Amino acid sequence: MTLELVLLIAAALFSVGLYGAISQQVVVMVMMGLELMLNGVILAAGAFWWFLSPEPTGQVLLLVIIAAMTVEMAMGFAVATLVHRVRGSDMTDNATELKG
Amino acid sequence: MTLIGDIVFWLFGAVAVLSGAAVFWVNSMARATYALAISFVAVGLQVLMLDQAYLGIIVILMMVMEMAVMAVYMIMFMGMNPALMPMSMVHDKRLSLSIAIVTFVLLAAGILLTAWPSGSPPPAEDVTVALGEALMGSKMLAMVVLSPVMVATIVAGVSLSLNRGRYDRYGEDLRRRNADDPQPGGVGR
Repeated sequence: MTLELVLLIAAALFSVGLYGAISQQVVVMVMMGLELMLNGVILAAGAFWWFLSPEPTGQVLLLVIIAAMTVEMAMGFAVATLVHRVRGSDMTDNATELKG
Repeated sequence: MTLIGDIVFWLFGAVAVLSGAAVFWVNSMARATYALAISFVAVGLQVLMLDQAYLGIIVILMMVMEMAVMAVYMIMFMGMNPALMPMSMVHDKRLSLSIAIVTFVLLAAGILLTAWPSGSPPPAEDVTVALGEALMGSKMLAMVVLSPVMVATIVAGVSLSLNRGRYDRYGEDLRRRNADDPQPGGVGR
């Protein structure tokens, strides 16, 4: 097992997530894409910690990424609820304006 | 890590990537949710294998719960049938695929062309204890920042998802004396 190969897996996860985040029309599916991207970042941060610097700093970084994921999830669900209430659907194409 | 450990690690990696791709390939949103949960569990197990027991368990537990919530949201917003029936709701599929492939190629090139340092020191005896001591000691700033961010997230989440906020109840300038509620009542109303 090498750092490069683990990072390639992380890059694959990130790219798949990017495809989803750009292409999907449903807000929840866009969130899924973003989370897959963060999934890749988690794996990459874990690999950096393991291969380069197994100190607590790397773990703290991982914890921050997980917290960012939590915030993204909570705000995404709240925005999906709001968009659904205002527009009657949870499609991104119906939420191109910030106006309520 | 032993050879068997390496093989299991790669197996989890393959499962993570393939189930991640399946999220946007399967034809129902409920299946997509399960596929994403599998991807997260696989990555969580990989993190566990990288000697980060605490964070690996957090990733697995948090993501399984999140996927359960996500399934509820899909059924709530799209109705039971659309969430379970075949469907495709994408735009710019070819352009998105091109951007994703180019991103992967660029990242892979950067990963393979970088001369990564080798020979890292061994991790601490108890990684979880080391993390806890860092969070409560030299790295406390991370927790100090994360805590208000979490509180702000709760407040913002509730504010956004509220059906009737204070502007609905007290008017645009918030100067209405009595709140305009569908069901009047309460102290002083």
